Amino acid sequence: MSLLEITDLDVHYRRRTGRLHVLRSVSLSLSPGETVGVIGETGSGKSTLARTILGLVKASAGRIAIDGTDVASLKPRQWRELRRRGVVQYVFQDPLRSLDPDLTVLDSLAEPLRIQGAAGIRDKILKILARVRLDEALLDRLPGELSGGQRQRVAVARALITEPRLVLLDEPVSALDSANRVQVLELLKELRDAGTALLFISHDLGSVAGIADRIAVLYEGEIVEDRPSADVINAPVHPYTRKLIRSVPTLRRADRRTPEGIPA
Amino acid sequence: MSLLALRDVKIAYDREIVHGVSFTLEPGAVVGIVGESGSGKTLTCRAALGILPEHFRISGGSIELDGHDVASLTPKQWTALRGSTISAVFQDPASYLNPSLTIGSQVAEVVRVKLGLGRRAARLRAVELLASVRLPAAVYKQYPHELSGGMLQRSLIAAAIAAQPKVLIADEATTALDVTVQAEILDLLAELRESTGLALVVVSHDLAVVAQFCDEVLVMRDGTVVEQGPVEKILYQPEHEYTRLLIEEHESYGLERYLVTS
Repeated sequence: MSLLEITDLDVHYRRRTGRLHVLRSVSLSLSPGETVGVIGETGSGKSTLARTILGLVKASAGRIAIDGTDVASLKPRQWRELRRRGVVQYVFQDPLRSLDPDLTVLDSLAEPLRIQGAAGIRDKILKILARVRLDEALLDRLPGELSGGQRQRVAVARALITEPRLVLLDEPVSALDSANRVQVLELLKELRDAGTALLFISHDLGSVAGIADRIAVLYEGEIVEDRPSADVINAPVHPYTRKLIRSVPTLRRADRRTPEGIPA
Repeated sequence: MSLLALRDVKIAYDREIVHGVSFTLEPGAVVGIVGESGSGKTLTCRAALGILPEHFRISGGSIELDGHDVASLTPKQWTALRGSTISAVFQDPASYLNPSLTIGSQVAEVVRVKLGLGRRAARLRAVELLASVRLPAAVYKQYPHELSGGMLQRSLIAAAIAAQPKVLIADEATTALDVTVQAEILDLLAELRESTGLALVVVSHDLAVVAQFCDEVLVMRDGTVVEQGPVEKILYQPEHEYTRLLIEEHESYGLERYLVTS
């Protein structure tokens, strides 16, 4: 069974000028352990998709099932229940949004475990810290006292500490510099290899391609292509995908004067 | 003679922040600078433009711009050189435009001031400039908020090349744009270089952007040029660990993993 199954999802916002259709019959599924990248540029509806999956935006039509539970109709209390089961966690672009600014790293990491009523909290925290390569000395710090890269690694650690089966990532590396980006991506890759399903939503195909099994291209509210990464990249079908692939700067084709590409 | 020559340029605030940057830019050539925010790439550009932020100063080395040692330039001489010899576009185009004036009137204003044309002639020239950056004529009468980020950046490029500068600095000029729009703007810069012989300094955090059409690349980190050389050497035989990280990022996580090379 799919871990995440989105079927014919429609979202529109009411505007004074009428309805603004943001997502149109979006269908997407994610099997346990699978990593799917959803790529979309400004106005594609990708943020709305992320927010709708998390229950922050109401779907106009369609169904979103997480681990068999239809979440589109869940009440906040039922959502909390689902999160308590530790099925789904999320990481945003700006860790200051996913971390409580008044909680120390220790409390931020302990909170999801306390909610679950888990035992051996301290042990679990030390283990996860090692996994995201953060020093124990940071446990007493507030998010504001960490560097951007450290903060994002705390946010990832918090998402992982309950060992969720699905992690939703909304632009998790866009705000980071290269060194931190590589570290967070490495971490996500390890997570993927350990069998966690990842839904990686980003505008930047260049930072998603390398860890996604499949790429779904979101354009003007519709998924125009959803195929294995290698196929999307080497043989894009939709005209927009072709334009997108041509546009992404790569080192292979870095030298435009030799369009056949440079030897690996 | 080089259009722009930096020789061991050091920039200081209370302490030294940029520790010696050297490169020369020949007519029609492209130099790329790659680095994170805080690497000193923007300060280096600003020094070359004579617009270092307050309290920052060039504390060592020299900058020669089109035959002038910039250290000896008066503010008035600087104003004359900016726009007509060296010009620039930056990351956030909206912040360089007045929201309450039309795009056309703002480009025409640059033409009027820099080229000393009358209002009517300036208007005609502004229309030509907007066409040269592939903007539809209707944009002349539009306000900044009516345009997309890519169109705003095109408008600023039009203003930047209005006085036919010899050097254009593009400092993270495409960073805030969608990747498909970024590609269009990079193509436009390459086109302008072809058609007008404009020399470019392309600055980006992304090595692949810089490498696309640069002859020489400087890799900067923490105010230091950690590696510098022809683009082929940087891409195929990187020596510094940081350059290798930038390449590794693309090779492991980018499209490069899947691309079939023929």
